[in-house]
Amino acid sequence: MTSAITKNPEAMKTNGRNRNNDYSDRAKAERRLGWILAGPAFIIMLAVTLYPILQAFFDSLYAFRLTAPDEREFIFFQNYVTILSDPVWWRDLVVTLLITVVTVAVELVLGFALALVMHRALKAVRGWLRTAILVPYGIITVVSAYAWFYAFDISSGYVNAWFDWVPGIDADLNWFAQASTALPVIMASEIWKTTPFISLLLLAGLAQVPDELTEAAKVDGATWWEQMRKVIIPNMKAAIMVAVLFRALDAFRIFDNVFIMTNGQYGTEVLSLLAYRTSISRLEIGLGSAVSVLLFACVLLISFIAIKVFKVDLAGSTGGKR
Amino acid sequence: MASITLKNLVKQYGDGFPAVNDISIDIEDGEFIILVGPSGCGKSTLLRMIVGLEDITSGDLYINGERVNSKAPRDRNLAMVFQNYALYPHLTVFENIAFPLRLAKGRHSEEEVQRLVTEAAATLELTDHLQRKPANLSGGQRQRVAMGRAIVRQADAFLFDEPLSNLDAKLRGQMRSEISQMQRRLGTTSVYVTHDQTEAMTLGDRVAVLKKGELQQIASPRELYEQPVNLFVAGFIGSPSMNFLPATIENGKLQTSLGALDIPADRAAKAAGRKVVLVGVRPEFFEDAKLVDEAKKPHGSTFKATLTHTEWLGNEQYGYINFDPSPEVRELLNNLARDMDADELRPQVVVTLDAASRIRGGRESEIWLDTRKLHLFDPETGENLTRDAEAGAALTAEANEERAEEIASARDADHEHSTTSTGNGGGGGSHRAVS
Amino acid sequence: MKSTGRQKLVWTIISIAVLVYALFPVASILATSFKSPGDLTNGRFLPTPGLATLANYEQILVGDAQGLFLTALWNSIGISLIATFIAVVLATLCAYAIARLDFPGKKLILTTALAVSIFPVISIVTPLFNLWRNIGLYDTWLGLIIPYLSLTLPISIWTLAAFFRQIPWELEQAAQVDGATTWQAFRKAIVPLAAPGVFTTAIIAFFIAWNDFVYGISLTSTEAARPVPAALAFFTGASQFESPTGAISAAAIIVTIPVVLLVLLFQRQIVSGLTQGAVKG
Repeated sequence: MTSAITKNPEAMKTNGRNRNNDYSDRAKAERRLGWILAGPAFIIMLAVTLYPILQAFFDSLYAFRLTAPDEREFIFFQNYVTILSDPVWWRDLVVTLLITVVTVAVELVLGFALALVMHRALKAVRGWLRTAILVPYGIITVVSAYAWFYAFDISSGYVNAWFDWVPGIDADLNWFAQASTALPVIMASEIWKTTPFISLLLLAGLAQVPDELTEAAKVDGATWWEQMRKVIIPNMKAAIMVAVLFRALDAFRIFDNVFIMTNGQYGTEVLSLLAYRTSISRLEIGLGSAVSVLLFACVLLISFIAIKVFKVDLAGSTGGKR
Repeated sequence: MASITLKNLVKQYGDGFPAVNDISIDIEDGEFIILVGPSGCGKSTLLRMIVGLEDITSGDLYINGERVNSKAPRDRNLAMVFQNYALYPHLTVFENIAFPLRLAKGRHSEEEVQRLVTEAAATLELTDHLQRKPANLSGGQRQRVAMGRAIVRQADAFLFDEPLSNLDAKLRGQMRSEISQMQRRLGTTSVYVTHDQTEAMTLGDRVAVLKKGELQQIASPRELYEQPVNLFVAGFIGSPSMNFLPATIENGKLQTSLGALDIPADRAAKAAGRKVVLVGVRPEFFEDAKLVDEAKKPHGSTFKATLTHTEWLGNEQYGYINFDPSPEVRELLNNLARDMDADELRPQVVVTLDAASRIRGGRESEIWLDTRKLHLFDPETGENLTRDAEAGAALTAEANEERAEEIASARDADHEHSTTSTGNGGGGGSHRAVS
Repeated sequence: MKSTGRQKLVWTIISIAVLVYALFPVASILATSFKSPGDLTNGRFLPTPGLATLANYEQILVGDAQGLFLTALWNSIGISLIATFIAVVLATLCAYAIARLDFPGKKLILTTALAVSIFPVISIVTPLFNLWRNIGLYDTWLGLIIPYLSLTLPISIWTLAAFFRQIPWELEQAAQVDGATTWQAFRKAIVPLAAPGVFTTAIIAFFIAWNDFVYGISLTSTEAARPVPAALAFFTGASQFESPTGAISAAAIIVTIPVVLLVLLFQRQIVSGLTQGAVKG
């Protein structure tokens, strides 16, 4: 949307003064209208997240199975003790973290490369590249999971046939029978599907590094690699941090790919799947709620670390005002 | 066509800060009024109050004698050109200009809209661009579309909010003269906000100088230049700015850092009883003593000074003399600079010299100063002690007469050239009036 | 810039690499969808020449899997569209307020949206599963539409707020000075500028709703409300001994078609929407 309008600094200044200090009737009416318009969305957001998580916390304090609803009993934090003393939880946590770290690292590198390609691409191909990149973004994760699954599958796949020259790969290799081979395929599907998103975030970051900076660096005698490392990357650090955090939180919730490819068997289970298996499949509402709450706590912890330790300014660098 | 009367207008924000404080101006029908001042002086707020985009805290606003304080903008029949033009990016140039006509449903037939827009476009030389979108136009063309939208609806008055500030210097000059000629031809009352004193001087019949929400002086450009009421107006109007020198008066002579200056007795009398004054000297009051007519020389005073450097501009040159003010004076100058939105005022005197002058920096030279035109200011209040209110009023009255003549001759010229006169002098002809 | 021959070659290679990266898995499942049951194990990417078949598509569109797939498709389309519509309407009002009005709590709303968008979906599922069963929303459209809002609302609010901040609101005032009423100014000057942003947001929200799997498998039990991704996971072959691979592949291709179409038509808008809602500054 191009337009003939640019910001008028003086008008903004007077507006700003107006906005901060004017408590006239008009301002009061504006406040009321603001909440009338924004309120429904706000309330729904709280209703669909805050309420369930509070309910989950409440439920997690009970021994409660849907198959035996009459045996509901308040047991305080016993469910948490059960989960945290079960090696399954820790194994699933390790698998989840492993997937998170590996996929985010690979996506960052791959996404950055894609962003560079799109940023530098000649006009004629730029549109095509973006269109192509958006296909994985828009595709259903389950479809992606099936595509990768069938390609590697021992019966319907062709990967074993294509790569039988690689040591360790032959027609009898069942990729989904052990974690060491299943996890890479799961991660590949996850990476393929979500790299476009990270690369678009990075592309926006790249676009914000002024061309003059790289030109100045060029004149100063920097090589391509030095321009990257010393000028471009430091200047888009905020964009990179935000992209990494968003993707890390997303990857931590991985579910679809694992469910389709292995259903968590052979040591590939992740935390989301554990929660699903506990409450939806086994109908252990109390225990499942406890897993849900713990998972939520993990996400909170990751966000907290990112914001406090790595100083990721989510609201500020994601278009938030001031 | 309309007169606009501002009576004790006040705009106060919630914290009690008055952005516009007790401003009264009578704007006559057909007059071109400029609101000028440094940023934050309230000039844009005042304009937005006139057009109805800002509430009036207190005071009265009359258009054609009718109080319009509580009327919505659309009911005031005023046209406004915004700083950023406010063109509708989704509409073509034609539809942008036609926008106000289309809003007045039923009042204009399709043919009439066609005719009015085509005429306006012809006046503004936009005929070739009617089907383009604003994004594809140059800055000057966008500016013209914005003006087209204003003139097409025959509004009672035009309001301009810094319309040229987004253009480059050359285009600004050109558009300035186009606006001026258009206003004369249409004879429409206009209020124009700017922070650029050159625009103010060249465009306005009268110029209102504002500072921190208060009206300092409203007068013709010449009166502002020659008879400013105070230090602020004197310093704000004119480029390069007026020089201010601290001086003491001792037996009819001014003791300044440039040396002792004889001044006419009537001027000295006005400052009688004061020990310290600020002397206001416009750069062109100075001249290379060697190049001054013998006949003229007695009207002034000659002194010796060493210029730090000179700048030769072709038609004239500027010379610079440094002086070392006392801390109080330095403080005073800095305050003044802050008021005028300028950087620090250097303790420096700028002199305009004839292009033929051989005076160069670093050598002591003789410089003549026309002391008849000096102004003396009270350093405390900033009041101009030597202002001649009568002479000032005469200058403004003269400007008023000139305006009436210009409008009349522009209309005559228009009638002669125009093939499709719209009757009321509105819409304009297809030719531009040549002045 | 002068594009020399060598440059062109490099760009051609890079572009092909990106295209292969982006489209290979799609091509892979497309190829699979044309394989006949006997040909599935041929160990090759493409179906064996001569054995390529449309049977899989027939099976899910007109054959015995029709009921299963078409109802799921109908559920997916209906639920996603309604969830998108509600989210976009609410988000438009909310984002307008955030971009245009001054009221305390703006930051709170944006932060809440952010928090909701990083919320682990699975943590919501357990309590909803229980609650929905109690109040009769389990296995209904509404039972999915409501939780879908937790996915679509936050991103819609962020994207639209970013879009709306860029609208030159001065135009609204200009229109009023030009003689428009408040409503006219909004409709004639603002709506045409805001519409593309709203449309783009709707596409992005639709993608997200369309993609959902967790809610789909957890909160439905029959084909009354089960959307396509969940239905795929429960597909079985024509007989117990036949693998559903071909049918799933064909179904996967069909649900990918709208995605590809939207991407082809609106790639520019989608990119700007995604990047605006995300990193800015």
